This record gives sequence, structure tokens and C-alpha cells, in this order.
Amino acid sequence: MPYFGSFALLCALALGLYSLVVGAISLLRENPVSRRLSETARRAGIAGFLAVAAAAVALVWSAFHDDFSVAYIQHHSNRDLPLPYKFAVLWSGQEGSLLLWALLLGAYGFVLRIRHKVDIRLTAYASVILAGVQVFFLLLLNFAATPFSLAQGEIPPDGNGLNPLLQYAEMVIHPPMLYLGYVGMTVPFAFGLAALIMRYPGEKWIHITRRWTMVTWMFLTCGIFLGSHWAYVVLGWGGYWGWDPVENASLMPWLTGTAFLHSVMMQEKRGMMKVWNVWLVFATFMLSILGTWLTRSGVISSVHAFAQSPIGAWFLIFLGIVFVVCLYFFIKNRSHLKTEHRLESLISRESSFLFNNLLLLVSCFAILWGTFFPILSEWATENTITVGPPFYNNVNVPIALLLLLLTAVGPLLAWRRTSFASLQRNFTIPITIAAASAVALMVGGIRPWQDISYLYALMAISLSVLVAATVASEFLRGARVISSHTGHNLFSSLVHLWHRNTRRYGGYIVHFGVIVAVIGLAGSAFNQNKEQAMTDGDKMQIGAYTLTYRFSAQDDTPNEETDMAVIGVSQNGRPLPTMYVTRHDFKASQQRNTVPAIRSSILEDLYIVNAGVTSDGRGRVINAHVNPLVSWLWAGWLMIVLGTLLALVPNKAAVTVPQTAPARAASAVAMAQTTGIGD
Amino acid sequence: MSKGSTTLASRSLMTKGVTMNAQSAAPRSLFTTVRWMRARWLQMTMVALFAIIFLGADDDMEARFNTLGHKKLICVCGCNQILLECNHVGCTYSDGMRNELAAAIRRGDSNDLVLQAFVQKYGSIVLAAPTTTGFNLVAWITPYVLLVAGFVFAGMIVRSWKNRPLSQPELTSSSARLDEFREKARRETEL
Repeated sequence: MPYFGSFALLCALALGLYSLVVGAISLLRENPVSRRLSETARRAGIAGFLAVAAAAVALVWSAFHDDFSVAYIQHHSNRDLPLPYKFAVLWSGQEGSLLLWALLLGAYGFVLRIRHKVDIRLTAYASVILAGVQVFFLLLLNFAATPFSLAQGEIPPDGNGLNPLLQYAEMVIHPPMLYLGYVGMTVPFAFGLAALIMRYPGEKWIHITRRWTMVTWMFLTCGIFLGSHWAYVVLGWGGYWGWDPVENASLMPWLTGTAFLHSVMMQEKRGMMKVWNVWLVFATFMLSILGTWLTRSGVISSVHAFAQSPIGAWFLIFLGIVFVVCLYFFIKNRSHLKTEHRLESLISRESSFLFNNLLLLVSCFAILWGTFFPILSEWATENTITVGPPFYNNVNVPIALLLLLLTAVGPLLAWRRTSFASLQRNFTIPITIAAASAVALMVGGIRPWQDISYLYALMAISLSVLVAATVASEFLRGARVISSHTGHNLFSSLVHLWHRNTRRYGGYIVHFGVIVAVIGLAGSAFNQNKEQAMTDGDKMQIGAYTLTYRFSAQDDTPNEETDMAVIGVSQNGRPLPTMYVTRHDFKASQQRNTVPAIRSSILEDLYIVNAGVTSDGRGRVINAHVNPLVSWLWAGWLMIVLGTLLALVPNKAAVTVPQTAPARAASAVAMAQTTGIGD
Repeated sequence: MSKGSTTLASRSLMTKGVTMNAQSAAPRSLFTTVRWMRARWLQMTMVALFAIIFLGADDDMEARFNTLGHKKLICVCGCNQILLECNHVGCTYSDGMRNELAAAIRRGDSNDLVLQAFVQKYGSIVLAAPTTTGFNLVAWITPYVLLVAGFVFAGMIVRSWKNRPLSQPELTSSSARLDEFREKARRETEL
């Protein structure tokens, strides 16, 4: 099987090169021969995907058949590894994760090439660009990080096993999701660059890539949230986000991708910000490559230590090439991106998008800056420093609060200009509700003057309420208008409203999800943490909970040894179900992992970790956390996904009103004014 | 934004495997003292006052332990995690560092002194965020400078867009022209 896999990868490289070179040559001229050549390049691209898929199957096959003659399988699998985790072997090491990258890129390319009739010439250009990226990854897989290298020396009877931290159901989904997001950003990039190279007229490429961008953004969001959730429920340090370089690497393209999703509407609706959008889509792609370089080059230390290797240089060179190519075509064809920007008022949807983009990009810069500053500092002062969570929190929280304010205000502003009267009409009630919520929180015990984190939490929650109120008012106003026109009840009017402009109202659900998640994040300002060595019958008090250590138990399976502490729990004297906190010793890898026990409620999580055995061997060190509102974070994520899915549904046909033309126009304008429709 | 309160006493005793309620000693000693000084009200008042001060100090020590351990220091084992959040099983650094921190606070060292001692022992890498002095100040200032510059720049852009003269479209009665407007209106209102 390793020979088959290597051969498949070589075939994929050859097909990729063909697709790139012949595809590029065919685009130089437009005649029947070129068109036929271009078609062969397209088919080579499709065949290339099949070859990469065959290689991936070969690697998974080797894992399932415990073929330890393959060094990668030997290092990342073992005989007793449960079957579902043998799939995870594909991405548990560097070579495999690069293969997964190539596989997903191949899959995206496959869909793009199958759907080439959307716009044959534009797709042909995009296909060549995708082939270029694919060739880079296949060169890596064939010459720098080969997944099918044979093991040196005698073949051992068993492998080293999968990293125990990855032996968790969610971990089987998290990396593919994140990669779908990362890799997917290549598609809008390819279309953007293609449109620039061929001086594509109009904004059709934006329409074509809109769905691609939304889908990949959703995958990236899922990847990030799944990663956080996995960190929370598996790593056992009590939190979900540590500002680790790998986490930062995923957040940066997410931020620029979010900016692109917003600013692209400016180009669609008003034909503005063309240069900005092109560079945003370039930057998003380059940041995903930069992130990969960051975490694989060893330049930045990270807990994701598996990733460090000399292939970092390859990524840097590739990044350089991408930048030069983008810059060259931008300079060459920049006249194509000329637009006439015109605005009637400073307070308008356009300016809100502009500031939204600014905030997202500054936040992205702050993360990039923090990630690189240790290198800069070492170079400038020969002093090694750390840029850790306190820096990122202090810099990003104020930016996030401003962004939240814009999330509340922006959607209610009209395109071109917004009158003071409409501002007053739209914001009086939401602002009153938000102010009331702030007062209620202070009465409820939040003292913003005691600590800056309390102040931030208060502001975050109040601004979230403001966003919720504006979103709700938008839905209600629109539904009422439809209800009065059609006579339907409010609920069916809401459905009707969403059907009419799915992206707008799906987007509102996404905003709603974001604020629910923000409330969850704000809860972390009130986290409590306590650690105690406990033996039989000992009690620990944390928040409203009393923990009682009952006993410990051990288990032994071929894959792992487990130590479990049994903890009785009561809340304000009321008994709750017993909690079991475990530590696993994985035999093959000889690694340990602590799995926390979590009791989740809508208000707070009780999070307990078995942190170790006391030196006399009789008790356990129990680390307990009370983390308020964490479940809001996960609920928010689900709403974001739901909102994105709702936004992806195609709009229903434009409203047809059987009237004369002028009356129709007047009716449409009246409806638009009342419902505030105008994305 | 995280804020925790790891028990200072339990942390220092943990490695010895001893379980003890940190606060149980205080009332007992106070009670004995009260009996011993039954008739001496002035001394009793003094003792009560001291007890209050020291009880407060105990809380203060715990708060300082948490502030320094959760917000100012990282574990230097290479995990890049905050000191009190590093939970690597078998981490050879974090337990020792936590005990050092607890000991320094119990000794009565000021926060600055504690941090200074840590920097001297482990290097400036032990601080969780750059200091606000010297070159490190650049780390803090740059994002905000960029934000302000961005705001000014974006403000200028919006103003320049606004000041551009509006080209009034010529209204003609031709249906093609009307269709064009309808299409534009539809695009902008998505109706």
C-alpha cells in the first residue's frame, strides 16, 4: 500500500503540473485549440483529485491494517487504537495533515471544475490558480514531507499510538472542519485573482464566490469553535481559548474573511471598494498560509509541537511567490478596479461597513503583531519576551466592544444616507433596553469600578442586548409590514421575510449568535478556581457548590490505564449527580491525559479536574472551576452556523406586484422604506 | 478576562500530600487568645484588631497570588500557558514556580519584587505580557496607533466620498432607461 500511495501522489503531482502549465498556456489565446487544451487541463484537475483521494485512502488503509512498515503509521497509530480514531491518524501528524490539505483542496477544485459552466473562462483561470496551489502542496508531499516513507530498521510489532489528546470524538471532526475553512479560502482567492488577471467585467465573480466564501467561513467558524470546545472538555485547564499561536493562526483569516463577507456587499450594491476587496481576499488566503508557516517553522513556540519542521521555509517561499504574483497583477490591472465612490451622508451603511472592516483588520493586525513581537523584540533588544493572553485580551477587548457597537448600529443604517429622524426612530427603544440591562446588571451585583474586566463584561453584555434589540426590531418591523400586506400571521410573515432576502436575515441570525457567544465570553470575567488535596470525606467549597471526595477507582484496558476520582456534589445544600474525574495513561504512547468532569447549566459550569495523586497515595489533588455562562458560547456557535445556513438558501424570486410600472416602482420603494430592506 | 482564586495554602501543602483547611487555624488561635486575655480588655481589643488586620492580609495574599499567577506569569516549560493554568501532567516547572510564588507572597514581598525575582531567575520570558517600559511599550502602542490612524484615514475617505458632486441621471422616457433604474433599485433594495 505505501507504494501505491506514493505512486498516487506522484500521479497527482504530474496531473497538477499539467493542469497548471497547459491550463495557463491555453489561456494565452482564445481559439478552438486553446479551448480544447483548457478542457484537458480541467479534466486533469479532476483526475488529480482522484489521485490525491487514492493516496489518502492508502494512508487510512495502512492505519486500519496496522502497516507499521510505514514510518508515519508507526509514529501515529497502534494496534489497539479504536477504529474511529484510525481515521484521525490521517491528520494527527504533519505529513498526514498536509495530505488532508491537498485532499480538501482537490475536493474544492473538483466541485469548482465540475461546475465550470457557471462561467467557463473565469473558472478556467480560477482552476489554473487552484492547480498552482495544489502543485505546491504536492511538491511538499512528494519531496519534503512524504507520508509514505518506509520505517528504518526492523519493523516493530506495534506502533507508538495516536496522541492521547486526539483520542476524543470531537477531535475526529475538528481538524477536517478547520482545514475545510483554511483550504476553502483558496477558492475565493482563486476567483478574485482570476477576475483581476482577466479584467473580468462586472461583479459576477463576487456572486459566484459569495456562497463559497460563506461556506468556507462557516467551516472555519466550526473549526475554531470545535477546537475551543475540545480544549475546554479535554485539555482540562479550565478555559477554551489560550491565545496560542495555532489558535491565533486560525483566528486571523477568520477575521479578514469576516471583513470580506461584509465589504463585498459594498461592491455588490454600490460598486465600491473593489481594490480593498481584492486585497482582503488575497490577505485572507495569505494569512492562512502564513498561519501554517508560523506553526510549522518552529519560529514561534506552541503547544502544537508536532508541527515543527524544516518545511517552514517552503511555506515562506510559497508565500513570497503568492504575494509577488498578486502584486504584479494588481499593478498591471489596477485600472480595472477603478470605481467612483460617492456618498450622500457620513452616517450611512457604507461608512459603517468601512469602520467594521477597519476594526476587524486592526484586531487581526494586533494578533499578528503580538505573535511576531517576541521575534522583533529579540532582534531589537536581544531580550526574549512573552506576548501572552493578557496582551491579546487587553488590546482586543476594546476593539471587540467597538465592533459590537457597530453590529448594533450598522444594519439599521440605510445605504447612501440616514436621517436623524430615522436614527431616533430606530434606536430609542433598543438603547433604552440596553441601558436598563446595564442598570439591572449593576443592581444584580456587577461592580464595574472594582476591576476593568468587570467593566468590560458589563459593556459587552449591555452592547449585546443592544444588538439583540435592534435585530429583533428589524425582524418585527419587516414581519409586521408583510403581515399587513398579506394578512399572514407574524410567524409566517417572518418566514416570508427571511425567504425574500435570506442573506440579510440569515446574517441577522449570525449576529444574534455572535452576541450570545459574546455574553458567554463576558462570563469569563467572573471565573472562580480552587485547588485542594483531598482524601476520603474531605470537602471543598467553591461558589455555591460543595464537593466531597468519596473514593478513587482504577481500570485497565489494552489501550490505557484509567484513574478515576469520585466526587459528590451539592449546590446550596441540594445534592447533585456524582461527578467522576479521570486521568488516562496511554500505554502505546506512554502519555497521560486528564479529562475534566463538567456539570453544565445555563448559568454556569462546574468544572473539576483530577490533577494528580497526593504524595501519600491516598488522596487526589482536585482542581475545581466555576465558569459562568460558558454554555452560551456553544449555543452562540450553533446559532452562527444556523444563521449561515439560512443565509445560504437562495432568495425567492423578486416580489411581483400586478401593477403598472410607475405604481410598481412606487410600491417597491414604499415597502423598502417601511421594512428598511436594502441589505 | 479570566479571574480565579486558587487556594494559596492548599497549593503549598499539595505536594506534601497533606489536606488541611486553610482557615480552620485562625478561629482556634483567636479563641485561645481571647481566653488567655479575658480580663485585659485593652489588650483584647488590640488582639482583635490585629486578628482583623491579619485575616484581611490573608485574603489579600490569596488575591495577590491569583492576580500574579493568573495574569502576570507564565509557566516556562514551553507550553506558553498562564502559570496557574498550566496543567501538564509531569510538568517539571509549574509546581515549583507556584510554590515559589506562594512563598514569596507569604514572605511579604511586593508584587514588583516578586515579578523582579521571577525575571531574574527565569528571564523576562516568564512575564505573561510585555512590560510597559522601553521597547516593549511599542508592543502596546502600535495597535492603538494603527486604530486611531485608521479611524482618521477612514473618516477622511468617507468625507471625500461625500464631497464628490452628485451626477444627476438624465431622465428619459425610454423604457430601456426605466428598466435600468428598476434593476438598480431592485439590486439596492433586493426586492
